[in-house]
Amino acid sequence: MLTQLVLFNVFNGLIVGAFYALMALGLSLILNLSGVINFAHGGFLAIGGYLAYTLIPYVGFWGALLLAPILTAIIGVIVERVLIRPLYGRDPLYSLLLTFGLAFIIEDGTRFIWGAQSLPFQVPGWLVTPLSNEYFFLTGYRLFMVLVVAVAVIGLFLILGRTRLGMRIRAGTLDLETVSVLGVNVRLLRNLNFGLGIYLAGLAGVLAVGQLGLQPTIGASLIMPSFVAIIVGGLGSLPGTLLGGLLIGVASGVTTVFFPSATEAVIYVMMAAVLLVRPRGLLGEEGRF
Amino acid sequence: MGDLDINKQAPNVVVWLLLLTMPFWLSHVGGYVQLGTQVVVLGLAAMALNFLLGYTGVLSFGHAAYFGLGAYGTAMTIRYLVPSTGLALVVGTVVGTIAAAIIGPLIIRLRGVYFAMVTIAFGQVFYFIAFRWNTVTGGDDGLTGWTRLPLHLGFTTIDIQNNANAFYYLVLVLFALSTGLMAWLLRSPFGRTLIAIRENERRARFLGIPVDQHIWMSWVISCCFVSLAGGLYALLNNFVDPRALYWTQSGDFVIMAVLGGMRSFWGPLIGAAIYVVLRDYLSSMTENWESFIGLFFVLVVLFFPRGVLGMIRRRVMS
Repeated sequence: MLTQLVLFNVFNGLIVGAFYALMALGLSLILNLSGVINFAHGGFLAIGGYLAYTLIPYVGFWGALLLAPILTAIIGVIVERVLIRPLYGRDPLYSLLLTFGLAFIIEDGTRFIWGAQSLPFQVPGWLVTPLSNEYFFLTGYRLFMVLVVAVAVIGLFLILGRTRLGMRIRAGTLDLETVSVLGVNVRLLRNLNFGLGIYLAGLAGVLAVGQLGLQPTIGASLIMPSFVAIIVGGLGSLPGTLLGGLLIGVASGVTTVFFPSATEAVIYVMMAAVLLVRPRGLLGEEGRF
Repeated sequence: MGDLDINKQAPNVVVWLLLLTMPFWLSHVGGYVQLGTQVVVLGLAAMALNFLLGYTGVLSFGHAAYFGLGAYGTAMTIRYLVPSTGLALVVGTVVGTIAAAIIGPLIIRLRGVYFAMVTIAFGQVFYFIAFRWNTVTGGDDGLTGWTRLPLHLGFTTIDIQNNANAFYYLVLVLFALSTGLMAWLLRSPFGRTLIAIRENERRARFLGIPVDQHIWMSWVISCCFVSLAGGLYALLNNFVDPRALYWTQSGDFVIMAVLGGMRSFWGPLIGAAIYVVLRDYLSSMTENWESFIGLFFVLVVLFFPRGVLGMIRRRVMS
């Protein structure tokens, strides 16, 4: 019985961790290239979820899964162009405060448009039924979520590793000035990179509402663990961020079994331990920060 | 040279005259004493943050944690331990300061946005403790069932419990002591060293200044005064809930400092005054006041980055 309970929570933790990782990867992309901590990332996640909710009656679940993140990314690209671009090169304090304000606007805005109450979110019926009686928690939707996250992460690493855009993003992360001197349009690069990060947030949003329900505060509850994932995994390292997200997800899942009231706090304890023993994070590069 | 502001007498005189007479004129301009007290308390918190932010150049986005610890420390002392307002404030301040001193070594090696990210994440631990441990902290509903008590000074008793003006002046006395101490520290060689670190950390390091140690001290001093402000905030409301610890509260302090002017000693107080009055007004006008506060953040950052005092100084200089 206990094994089943532990398994259940480890699996739950993996799913939650996959969300954290998806959020944190987007945050990391933006942070590494532009030096901006995007506090509004959770807001974009909520936008993704709500757009999917609105789109489902017209295009169905699959259409929404495809379209909502893209629309979210387009909003992100516009926001970057209008609000965040003027702040590059200024004290990082200002971009922090701006995205902070933006998070307020988005949360209140979604509440204004879609209402404060939790909205029902339909996923296809065949995805909800449990696959096995013994492991009741293994519903199709949960496996499906893990699969989508895996595909998204592999896709992201392929983009970064194999395409010209990805190469430029990686180069810009190391030395933006040189990249600019070599003739790359850095403004466009940052713009696209921001859009890529927001796309991941939007995708996490569509998946998360199927699991957690749809309400305006959904983003706010996921953003802090994403910060922790980045710090634990190592600043500047995307594989580290992925690892960090999964680790803290599983850790809080396992803690739920043995010490439920510490479910949220445990990830911060992990962060403290990592900072104490290895300040650059698990996979962070030495001397980078 | 904004850092020399503290030495100029004219702004000091104006600020103190306004603060000392506030209960007499505030009601005539549509305010009330509690609002004035709130400005002074949050102003103290913002000035304490600015000790680190504006004068040491370290970007902390997690001061709400220590503000909240001060608030809970104070409230829980009165609720569970001793019915003494003075002792409760001391306990609250000490609790917040010790927590900052312990967390300090973990974060002082980080810089810039990473410092901000780690401080804000650490703050969440205390939020979840306050939120989850509801048998003791009251959980989400907050800690009620206590009030601030009259202050016994031996020779006399000050009724800060029922007399809002008396409480205002108690807060003002503590504000004066705290800001006086901060100004004195900033004028001392220690304070000058902090400014040197802000201006050029590498150079300070080459001169043999133990930079990390100075940042740790500045962090602890800053958090100490923020805890005191938190304790006063709990006393002001006779109530404390986990929102005092939430990360959005940290953002409020930072915007106050920026809005008033980070490079001036009194700037954060002015920022706090504008912010408190605006929030009071907006929340009475519209249900969607959060959007307007968010919009306000965006507008301040895009069009007003130097803050009120920074703008004024620019005008005067040119």
